Amino acid sequence: MGRRRTTFGRIIRTGFVYFIRNAWLAVAAMATMIITLTIILFSLIVNATFSNQVEQITSKIDISVYLKDGVTSAQAKSFVAAIEKLPNVEDVTYLDKSAALRVFITQNANNDKLLAAINETDNPLPATIKIKPRDLNKMNEIRSLVTKPQWQKLQSDPISDSGERRATIDKITHATNILQRAGIIAVGIFALISVLIIFNTIQMAIFNRRDELQIMRLLGASTGYIRAPFVVETIIYGVLSAIISVLIINALFITASSSLQATSFGLLDISYSQLYFQEHYWRLLLMQLTLGILIGAASSVIATQRYLKFKTPKK
Amino acid sequence: MILLDRVTKTYNKNLGAALNRISLHVEPKEFVIVVGQSGAGKSTLLKLLTREERPTSGKIIVGGIDYDKLPDKDIPLLRRKIGVVFQDFKLLPNRTVFENVAFALEIVGVSTKEINNTVPRVLEIVNLKDKAKRMPVELSGGERQRVAIARAIVRQPKILIADEPTGNLDPKHAWDVINVLEKINRYGTTVLLTTHNQDIVNKLKRRVITITNGEIASDRASAQYTEKTPIPRERM
Ligand SMILES: Nc1ncnc2c1ncn2[C@@H]1O[C@H](COP(=O)(O)OP(=O)(O)OP(=O)(O)O)[C@@H](O)[C@H]1O
Ligand SMILES: [Mg+2]
Repeated sequence: MGRRRTTFGRIIRTGFVYFIRNAWLAVAAMATMIITLTIILFSLIVNATFSNQVEQITSKIDISVYLKDGVTSAQAKSFVAAIEKLPNVEDVTYLDKSAALRVFITQNANNDKLLAAINETDNPLPATIKIKPRDLNKMNEIRSLVTKPQWQKLQSDPISDSGERRATIDKITHATNILQRAGIIAVGIFALISVLIIFNTIQMAIFNRRDELQIMRLLGASTGYIRAPFVVETIIYGVLSAIISVLIINALFITASSSLQATSFGLLDISYSQLYFQEHYWRLLLMQLTLGILIGAASSVIATQRYLKFKTPKK
Repeated sequence: MILLDRVTKTYNKNLGAALNRISLHVEPKEFVIVVGQSGAGKSTLLKLLTREERPTSGKIIVGGIDYDKLPDKDIPLLRRKIGVVFQDFKLLPNRTVFENVAFALEIVGVSTKEINNTVPRVLEIVNLKDKAKRMPVELSGGERQRVAIARAIVRQPKILIADEPTGNLDPKHAWDVINVLEKINRYGTTVLLTTHNQDIVNKLKRRVITITNGEIASDRASAQYTEKTPIPRERM
């Protein structure tokens, strides 16, 4: 037990000594790691922001069915019940004529002229059924039910979801899918590239010390004992890089919001990004730390591998 | 203690065998000197014993361990039982003299307190106590060689393999080293020593194995050693 602790202490201490002695390589390896982790974090936040924006837009999309004035509330209720049975329906709201008017008034509260015009006449608004679909890609089911002759005859106007509007919805869902997929692919590619670069840097560091590794090997040091300090060293890179990447993103938001006073950048809603970052601060930091440690440890394990093989050392 | 049965080592098929069907038996506590011209295969023989090289064919058993049945993961354990003075020293360049010797103890998990006790004593034996804090590049060839010797004996191994440990030393220091080897041999360590130094061979009066072109040309006690087998002059 004591012997094991002695060994553990030595490994940790040697890891730190390596880290200090190889300051320049440490800087190089960490620079790549910081850039990568920052890019990954950034793409993650951008992706979250975009999907939030898309969600906001799509959640506003619903289908409105307008009923003729003569339709009784019993007829309307059975229509609503039929719609509710559809699997792709998230929510159905029925607004009778007076409710529809109330909604209209609140929506146009600042438009005095319009309100005055409405008050003069009878309530011109039809009773309305608002349908919120679950999946925008599967609206045909709803459409075909609503256009059955049995229900069609209750309706005053054609349903409001046709032609142009449907095209818009399709475009938005399409864009969402592409954005999300692109985000995932981008993060994946960056992670891969950075692992390769970091791996290369560490491999270089270890190449410089291959004789040392071979000597340790010949003196009877176990694989773990030789490798562990290198792993400790690269884990230190990973931890520092993760912290720095989070600080960089933090600094970016501070400059964006305070000095530029920007709330959005192109399509990107910066204020939401910032909110997302702040709300998930600890989780994101933890994720960055995990990534940094994994990338660091994996690259040093792989990079030491070839010098620790029991093979005739070629000189 | 050491048993080789028809061991052949071929590095490169085009160049022929470096060692050809060598059979050899060394008893525990024996002191054996291996001589032979440069390129004869002495270092190859020693490298086979430490598993730095693997034989092309033949059987090797050291300290009861059959190398054919030794899994790679146990090679470190084997090497910890054997002290080695490498012909090219193999000191760790980034560590001081003290740390180099201490390293041999560190990897087997010896406590720091014990290391601080043992290492100065061993450095004393090889006359390097005042240079404990130097880096290897700050040492002369002979001093480096003595660090290598200190490192090889510090674990008090059952077997000590010394590949030309006197190669860079003047006669006085060479004899100091030989005396150290004889001393640890008296304490029960099996010693295998290669040398080009004829004086040492003649004065030691120990078993001498002569290798010529990868084969054992003679194997006999030093008293019967004749000048017929030419031994190259010590280099440097
Ligand atoms: N790694 C290697 N690859 C190919 N050939 C090798 C290798 N090591 C040694 N040899 C060859 O094997 C032969 C024996 O070499 P070895 O090092 O055993 O000689 P030696 O007796 O120790 O010589 P010296 O007295 O100069 O140290 C030589 O011909 C050498 O060129
Ligand atoms: Mg040799």
